[in-house]
Amino acid sequence: MTEITDGIRNAVEDTELPRRLKDRVLDTIEDRGGVTVQQAEEIATAVESQYLDTRVDPLEPVGTVSAQSIGEPGTQMTMNTFHYAGVAEMDVTQGLPRLIELVDARKTPDTPIMTVYLEDEYAEERERAHEVVWNIEATKILALGDISTNVADMVVQIDLNEDTLQERWPLVDSTTEIAGEIAETIEGSLGVQVTQQGTVLEFGPSEPSYRELLQLVEQLRDIVFKGIEDVSRVVIRREETDEGEEFVLYTEGSAFKKALSIEGVDASRTSCNNIHEVHKTLGIEAAREAIIEETMTTLEEQGLDDVNIRHLMLVADIMTNDGTIQSIGRHGISGNKDSVLARAAFEVTVSHLLDAAIYGEADDLDGVIENVIVGKPVQLGTGDVDLRMGASKSD
Amino acid sequence: MSTGQSPKEIGEISFGLMDPEEYRDMSATKVITADTYDDDGFPIDMGLMDPRLGVIDPGLECKTCGQRSGSCNGHFGHIELAAPVIHVGFAKLIRRLLRGTCRDCARLLLTEEEKEEYRDDLDRTRSLREDVSDVTKDAIREARKKDHCPHCGEVQYDVKHEKPTTYYEVQQVLASDYSERIAAAMQPDPDEDDAGVSPQELAEQTDIDISRINDILSGEFRPRREDREAIEAAIGADLTTEDMNKLMPSDIRDWFEDIPGEDLAVLGIDPEKSRPEWMILTVLPVPPVTARPSITLDNGQRSEDDLTHKLVDIIRINQRFMENREAGAPQLIIEDLWELLQYHVTTFMDNEISGTPPARHRSGRPLKTLSQRLKGKEGRFRGSLSGKRVNFSARTVISPDPTLSLNEVGVPDRVATEMTQTMVVNEQNVERARKYVRNGPEGHPGANYVTRPDGRRVRVTEKVCEELAERVEPGWEVQRHLIDGDIIIFNRQPSLHRMSIMAHEVVVMPYKTFRLNTVVCPPYNADFDGDEMNMHALQNEEARAEARVLMRVQEQILSPRFGENIIGAIQDHISGTYLLTHDNPRFNETQASDLLRQTSIDELPEPAGTEDGEPYWEGRQIFSELLPDDLNLEFTGTVGEPVVIENGQLLEGTIAEDEIGGFGGEIVDTIAKVHGKTRARVFINEVAALAMRSIMHFGFSIGIDDETVSTEARERIDEAIQSAYDRVQELIETYENGDLESLPGRTVDETLEMKIMQTLGKARDSAGDVAAENFDADNPAVVMADSGARGSMLNLTQMAGCVGQQAVRGERINRGYEDRTLSHFEPNDLSSEAHGFVENSYTSGLTPKEFFFHAMGGREGLVDTAVRTSKSGYLQRRLINALSELETQYDGTVRDTSDTIVQFEFGEDGTSPVEVSSSEDVDVDVEQIADRIVESEFDSEAEKEEFLGVQEPPTNLSEHGASWEVESDD
Repeated sequence: MTEITDGIRNAVEDTELPRRLKDRVLDTIEDRGGVTVQQAEEIATAVESQYLDTRVDPLEPVGTVSAQSIGEPGTQMTMNTFHYAGVAEMDVTQGLPRLIELVDARKTPDTPIMTVYLEDEYAEERERAHEVVWNIEATKILALGDISTNVADMVVQIDLNEDTLQERWPLVDSTTEIAGEIAETIEGSLGVQVTQQGTVLEFGPSEPSYRELLQLVEQLRDIVFKGIEDVSRVVIRREETDEGEEFVLYTEGSAFKKALSIEGVDASRTSCNNIHEVHKTLGIEAAREAIIEETMTTLEEQGLDDVNIRHLMLVADIMTNDGTIQSIGRHGISGNKDSVLARAAFEVTVSHLLDAAIYGEADDLDGVIENVIVGKPVQLGTGDVDLRMGASKSD
Repeated sequence: MSTGQSPKEIGEISFGLMDPEEYRDMSATKVITADTYDDDGFPIDMGLMDPRLGVIDPGLECKTCGQRSGSCNGHFGHIELAAPVIHVGFAKLIRRLLRGTCRDCARLLLTEEEKEEYRDDLDRTRSLREDVSDVTKDAIREARKKDHCPHCGEVQYDVKHEKPTTYYEVQQVLASDYSERIAAAMQPDPDEDDAGVSPQELAEQTDIDISRINDILSGEFRPRREDREAIEAAIGADLTTEDMNKLMPSDIRDWFEDIPGEDLAVLGIDPEKSRPEWMILTVLPVPPVTARPSITLDNGQRSEDDLTHKLVDIIRINQRFMENREAGAPQLIIEDLWELLQYHVTTFMDNEISGTPPARHRSGRPLKTLSQRLKGKEGRFRGSLSGKRVNFSARTVISPDPTLSLNEVGVPDRVATEMTQTMVVNEQNVERARKYVRNGPEGHPGANYVTRPDGRRVRVTEKVCEELAERVEPGWEVQRHLIDGDIIIFNRQPSLHRMSIMAHEVVVMPYKTFRLNTVVCPPYNADFDGDEMNMHALQNEEARAEARVLMRVQEQILSPRFGENIIGAIQDHISGTYLLTHDNPRFNETQASDLLRQTSIDELPEPAGTEDGEPYWEGRQIFSELLPDDLNLEFTGTVGEPVVIENGQLLEGTIAEDEIGGFGGEIVDTIAKVHGKTRARVFINEVAALAMRSIMHFGFSIGIDDETVSTEARERIDEAIQSAYDRVQELIETYENGDLESLPGRTVDETLEMKIMQTLGKARDSAGDVAAENFDADNPAVVMADSGARGSMLNLTQMAGCVGQQAVRGERINRGYEDRTLSHFEPNDLSSEAHGFVENSYTSGLTPKEFFFHAMGGREGLVDTAVRTSKSGYLQRRLINALSELETQYDGTVRDTSDTIVQFEFGEDGTSPVEVSSSEDVDVDVEQIADRIVESEFDSEAEKEEFLGVQEPPTNLSEHGASWEVESDD
């Protein structure tokens, strides 16, 4: 044990180390016997020099390095949409198409999905978890019972299945009551008079018309009686966690905002693979986090888990830099560059030039592509410093 | 404007439209003749090849600047158009301006307040660096809503745009058959219980006098607008037709001339730089001859450039137009000619306008006009301006050479004698320079050119080299050949990451290929099946210094993608060290020294022991000789056993892929990070050399017999497959009986498929297990799979056991005939063999049916790769383009060129992705540093200073440092 004297403390504090490393150095010295101030100073300088070695150098073209680090593994990814590694029951877009979808910042992903974590007892008991499932999954009439059309009497008859009703409305005791609720929903959305007899519902068009009857049936199929309209299916899975097991829901289709407000849903962990929805619901920082998370999982599932997450952060940061989600490409970052030449050299060359003429734009030539075009050294890395040899030798 | 001189350095480029007056001023000549050359082959004056437009034929002199072809850049000429024509590129903007400005006073149809609002909006958008076109489009939309001019009160009409370049003003006027229309609407309609309207009723409803109504109905009186609208409302009929009044380009030009500058500013247009009337061309620029050179074919015939062809068309029509107009031709003919002129000017600008037939060459090929020259990958921007062509480059096939260091490249002598380096002669090197010149251009190391102090360049030839060598004095420059130790840049396409372009030191060699050490294959992604690579010789000292310090292969050992080494032992090297260390074999003195003979180790360590009176050395001990003395490591290795290294001695463990391989070999990674790049380079080189000696010592080969299993094992494999078949059959039966329970969210069909796939997958695995059991641990294929050198147990399974299920789009093969895959099967046969299960192994051979399914799976793989390369290439291009400007600053922030902060610290913590692997948490090992310092294990003060980071380790600049010096002595 070494006592941390002021001398030792000063030696450590004088370094450019971050707080956590200073503390670690002090702890290490304290744990060790007989460290002199001289030695402490040396330890501190050695740690400092090694720490500085791990820092990113000034004027490093980190953008290009990150772009390459994400683009290069792209060549090794599959094009196939395989099913999800974890949930065999669901198809999820993966590999290169998913990566492209993410950097494109598409409004809706190919396969929207939410991972819904549950709170407390909802996460522990299957019964309670199912309650949440029925609040999320869109329940349509076909799942509840049989529909028959009686052309002679011009009525649609729905024979509701009592077991299903009980299962999907676990908090309501009487099936008649549930059927009543369903009848009300139908009345509300179709504007017809529904007669109820136990769990059998009947209704028809106000004036006998064969076409209208069929139309009613069509419309009936689309009515959502319970749950969220955009979620077509929910898969419930038991997953291992550090504190035992819990139930997690995976949804096909997403409605992030609605899902978060549902009783039993753990809003702090629930996530969604549509970055725009995350942005609208939780804000730009959450969207940034979602981009990083989604790209990382996409890479991980392709066995490219070694890609440094810092590269993904840079991509996410530039996509969210102005507070909205910008795509990488013609309609986003590359299309909004200041430089006319940079935009012209990327895509849709001619119209950028014509527009530039009309708006009387001027190109300052400080980007990479512009300098390549006019044949000047690029202002990055070693091109960003001017070195002059000293006139006299230093000593 | 045109000074005739090209600038030395470009500071800024501004864009704008050009005033036709300015244009006429800078024009070298007016072009009036459509012909190019006369019968004697001389360019015609005021023709398209007028020598004032520049010269392309060697020997001729430019009449404008007096320079010869090659040094004269060419000069623009002009064509006076007989009538104004529209510039297609601005067709949309012209439409917007026509719609947004008053037809009479030409002012923007917005009130002063609205203008103010849009002006502010525009300023804000500009300062936020956002797209201004959103604001300007919005302003036009607002202006279009006005049907009266807020300034002069003139009624505004809608402007219709017929693509590409015709505009009409649309007015609603009374139809000529108005009386019939009214009468028809007034008739009673028996179908729709419409009683009809009597003229009396109409008069009452519209408040028009009954006699006037009668006049209207008889067609004697044309109702005025108010009356017309009243009648329309009363009878519910439309009495108008659209009257399309064509706006001629000259009308539009007059209109635009009156738009005041302040109104243009609201639309984001800078009236100083670009007046809208300049979008209507009255004079057409003629590009210099140098921009459209004609080529002389073998038979002496001239073939003109596409642009010249197009210009010929324009001049011809222009001429005819003028003649016809002067002759007083009817308006119809004039308009036709005008349209034709418009067509030619349009296609001269852009020949890919939708709705317009492209102008074609005699052969039927569409002409490549101005837009086409700029556009796309091979266009001016991406092809010529961003893609530079360079001198001092070479390209040839690559082949391996294990005797080279990883920093080196073998350069064929014929390349070395062509690529040169500039040598400034001084007192110290004058003798060497003379020697090079004396050797001439053919001998190596020789010289190709010398430059005298007065700047004259003299070619060194075999004849004059001796004589020239005597004249070389300090102050001259000698273009000498590449010699050993020179630094060059080496590259293999596709250049996907920065390790695709690295600097190597030259080793001049005979024969025609570039030679590479095999350990640099992974970063280049190169192999030797015919790959070619490019070499660039550097031409100034700054470039050479940067290449040496930053780009040399040893500086690129660590990949920024994952922060571990990308360069390391590969393939046979790994097999070699595996054999050397796995069972820790013993070697006698001769064998041990033979193993180490190509390394820098020149003394054997103490023997590990004696056997039969002879001293022996162990494999691990020999491997340890290559390790740095102070290396301490402990981790779980490739084969799943711990690897323990203490003080540079391998005590335990097998050295294989995870230890010394590329892509994160632990030992290489640690040495590169802790002991420096130079030590890592030495280590990798020596491991490769030792491994090659080792694999040669043990002998390593593979043949058919190595993948053949015993009869007994074969039977067990067949058994495993048979039982899988039985299980599949069971599944099919349950399915057919309707007893199969579907998985949640899947149909029964899908469930069956999934279960069958699972069962067959298991069958292949168990066949593989049987095969694996059957092979000895010293089977070469097993050694390669276990060590990670090449191949996997799956490959071995497929060779020896069973190839397994072939899949297309992740499913069993389901395509082909109706309800069956091949005509060999019954329809709706669900069995495994009918859906692409290959039960044979590659050694036993596939049946024709199996072969076919296998080919299907293989083809899918090929297609997938082809699609993937193009997709990922585009992704990469977009990523690079979006991120290329980002750079870390001295304050640690990441900013783009306009100094917008993207990150305050790179990756949230400013940690370099090169030095720290993504999986690592602890970046600095404080414990170990404290150990080292407290226990003071330093040999010298210098070593200590280096450890403390006070003294930087010397930059190792060349592997040939010593030999360079020796050479300069002779």
